[in-house]
Amino acid sequence: MSTMNTVGRPTTPNAVESKPATLTGGRGLLQNEALIFEGDGWGKTGVDLPEPMGNASDLGNLVRKDPIGLPGLSEPEAMRHYVRLSQKNHAIDLAIYPLGSCTMKHNPRLNEKMARLPGFSDIHPLQPQSTVQGALELMDTLSHWLTTLTGMPAVALSPKAGAHGELCGLMAIRAAHRAAGHGLRSDKPRNKVLVPTSAHGTNPATAAFVGYTVVEIAQTEDGRVDLADLEAKLGDDVAAIMVTNPNTCGLFERDILEISRLTHEAGAYFYCDGANFNAIVGRVRPGDLGVDAMHINLHKTFSTPHGGGGPGAGPVVLSEALAPFAPAPWVVNTGDGFKLVEREEDEAGQAFGRLCAFQGQMGMYVRALSYMMSHGSDGLRQVAEDAVLNANYIKARLSDVMSAAFPEGPCMHEALFDDEWLKGTDITTLDFAKAMIDEGFHPMTMYFPLVVHGAMLIEPTETESKAELDRFIHAMRALAEAAKAGDKDRFKGAPFHAPMKRLDETRAARQPVLRWTAPDGSNMAAE
Amino acid sequence: MRYLPLTPDDREAMLAAIGVKSIDDLFVDVPGAARLDGPVDLPRVAGELEVERALGAMAAKNATAGTVPFFCGAGAYKHHVPATVDHVIQRSEFLTSYTPYQPEIAQGTLQYLYEFQTQVANLTGMPVANASLYDGSTAMAEAVLMATRVTRRNKAVISGGVHPHYVRATETVVHAVGVETQALAPAIDAEAAVIDQIGPDTACVVVQTPNIFGTATDVTKIAEAAHAAGALLIVVVTEAVSMGLLKSPGEMGADIVAAEGQSIGNALNFGGPYVGLFATRDKLVRQMPGRLCGETVDADGERGFVLTLSTREQHIRRDKATSNICTNSGLCTLAFTIHMSLLGETGLRKLALLNHEAAVKTRDALAAIPGVEVLTPRFFNEFAVKLPKPAGEVVEQLANHHILAGVPYSRLAPDAGMDDVLLVAATEITTDADIKILATALAKVLAN
Repeated sequence: MSTMNTVGRPTTPNAVESKPATLTGGRGLLQNEALIFEGDGWGKTGVDLPEPMGNASDLGNLVRKDPIGLPGLSEPEAMRHYVRLSQKNHAIDLAIYPLGSCTMKHNPRLNEKMARLPGFSDIHPLQPQSTVQGALELMDTLSHWLTTLTGMPAVALSPKAGAHGELCGLMAIRAAHRAAGHGLRSDKPRNKVLVPTSAHGTNPATAAFVGYTVVEIAQTEDGRVDLADLEAKLGDDVAAIMVTNPNTCGLFERDILEISRLTHEAGAYFYCDGANFNAIVGRVRPGDLGVDAMHINLHKTFSTPHGGGGPGAGPVVLSEALAPFAPAPWVVNTGDGFKLVEREEDEAGQAFGRLCAFQGQMGMYVRALSYMMSHGSDGLRQVAEDAVLNANYIKARLSDVMSAAFPEGPCMHEALFDDEWLKGTDITTLDFAKAMIDEGFHPMTMYFPLVVHGAMLIEPTETESKAELDRFIHAMRALAEAAKAGDKDRFKGAPFHAPMKRLDETRAARQPVLRWTAPDGSNMAAE
Repeated sequence: MRYLPLTPDDREAMLAAIGVKSIDDLFVDVPGAARLDGPVDLPRVAGELEVERALGAMAAKNATAGTVPFFCGAGAYKHHVPATVDHVIQRSEFLTSYTPYQPEIAQGTLQYLYEFQTQVANLTGMPVANASLYDGSTAMAEAVLMATRVTRRNKAVISGGVHPHYVRATETVVHAVGVETQALAPAIDAEAAVIDQIGPDTACVVVQTPNIFGTATDVTKIAEAAHAAGALLIVVVTEAVSMGLLKSPGEMGADIVAAEGQSIGNALNFGGPYVGLFATRDKLVRQMPGRLCGETVDADGERGFVLTLSTREQHIRRDKATSNICTNSGLCTLAFTIHMSLLGETGLRKLALLNHEAAVKTRDALAAIPGVEVLTPRFFNEFAVKLPKPAGEVVEQLANHHILAGVPYSRLAPDAGMDDVLLVAATEITTDADIKILATALAKVLAN
């Protein structure tokens, strides 16, 4: 019911609820932006090029004649289009991105400036090596930082993302077993990979991809690898275990030394998913834990941007046993310069192959090294400490209104809650997450890890201030209390204040529309 | 440290709120033997100025493409990128956003991905494209794997015109899964030779146009031969601008296109990050790897976009996923789509023609040098020449004269017996003066 103040101005929230829809679809600063294909850009261009002579007659019938279907935008139209789109995005520069296990930390702009130095960005991957000594030096320096921080003797830089790094690590393990006579097609094959139930989806996907049978390892009540189950499943048919540490419940595997000892005794290798290295960098070296291979997501630990989902970079550190099998190319410091070894047959000759056309994600190497050098070894240690401190602070401040999945003991870089506390409210984890959007926050990771019901995995990172954490905690507590008080409407239809209402993902999957097509089915639409 | 907001007082207050005495109490689960007492042996915290000096010194040791006559290609091309592109991709809302898992607050990313998919589909002449893969070479590997899933056959026939590094990257991955490959011997005009190798067990034929030697080929007949045998045709394109002048893979009957999109919007970056373009036919969409963005509506019936068909992907399917890929090339995808939107069809066609004309001029200048033989019959912006000396040595000598003359084929395939072959690329950045400097210097080096 609406009430008025003395000058007739509406004062109650109801009055706001009844606001009229706008006539154009625009809402204040948010523009309703059409697709580039829906404008008048056909035939237009926003790039001034010299006039070609127009001679391609030597190509005969190879010349493309039919319309391609690419509208153009002048520069001001392009700026408007993309800036309008940008304003519909959440970003770490706007607020916390508490996506547990994925997360984003602050992306320093110095990294961007360094990656754009022409000496790094404007060099060709196949220039004579004598003309790119500084680039090879950068790769060598990055390798030194990564191996020193992880306590591992070698690193393969070229994998292009975390999952590509997993592939690299498992292929090195496969090559090592084959060299030892235990290849997949040998008489005594090691054909199984053990993966905990809480693992990232990429772990079993990668192991299966490389031809291994995936066997799940059980988890204990306190969220760790079940040692007895591991021991029972280890045997001479096991190639490797893939364990994330700290794990996806945000917990350090207390028995990690025992896990690696048992694994090695069984003749298997220990692949560590290093997605969460940001929790321990500078305080723990995976090499001291008995790890044989571990990928590092440069965006997550070393602050490279991941704009809208990439590009990634997933260098893999390797133990002495696996180092000879690293893929080409790699950098060698010859004493009087740097050499890029591009042929697998060169040097030791045991490389398992090549993972991509060139040297990997150079642009990301520069950014990661810029970040590491800025922090230094002391600063990186502080990174891990503050990341863990921030996560535990959130856990401590929310545990009385939400239910921590593993209340006993500290967590590492992320705090995991289940949906026990929502029981009887008719509100799901998803509803709760969508209501967070209305309060101006990006939701946490939901329904992962799979071992916890209705999981809510919150990772703040070290780059959140206490004030920002308190703001987040305040919002979470307010929402939790509203949920328990039966304020269901706030959650069920949320978000109400985002650029869009809740999107119908089922419809998108059932009737996939994956591209714009001209309404009249004209030549601007293929087939 | 400038990236760390917590003050010592904050830390004290937070430890108290948690109910522990020191930060070490939060690391109690780490076994004692594995705890580091202090910082590892690496340099300590550094200010912006120090980092800029250290990295700037490394950068200064490299010869940059923009400062010398530059003719390198072979899968990575130097093009002019409009200033708008780099400005927009550095906007906070793009640069510092994550994967669009919450579509209600990621419509910016999702809409440009949808536009990108449409642009890539139209550029390649295919009905549908994904939201990108890591790069062209990994896209080719994924294309071969997809073909084996679709055909339930196990062998790929690869033309001798495909980039040797693409072949190795593909073999490395697909052999691991047990897929057989038959890579044919390198040849300048290699593509048609695949036809004779197609058999009943062939899952796919992989050809590249323009190929590694620059040769442009109409692959229509290869498509027909592949289809007649129940195999798929995969067309690899390493220079995306070429599709502004040459017939698209879709027009020629491709079933899958695996292309490198670096040339549009992205810098050379010493090999990465780049952007893999991946397009296919409608009926094969559910076998496609990588992220896909699709159209839907919100609760008010408004059009919006979401990531879709994720039942193919690892986070849902785990060990039964079509691929283990998790990320796409986000920002490189954005750079591609902005540059393509600025170009439009008009600009792209013009750009492509300028590239071709620069290469023809370069070819003519080099063909006039005694001892130089042009090998490539039809090309877009790159061609191969045979030199009377090993190409690697010639390139080194020219580099000493501050000319980056191209890529020796032996760098890509040392054992192919083609040490005298040089791959030369020209683009819209190539000036008449550059061509003259190259031709003059090359003539001198060969005369000595």
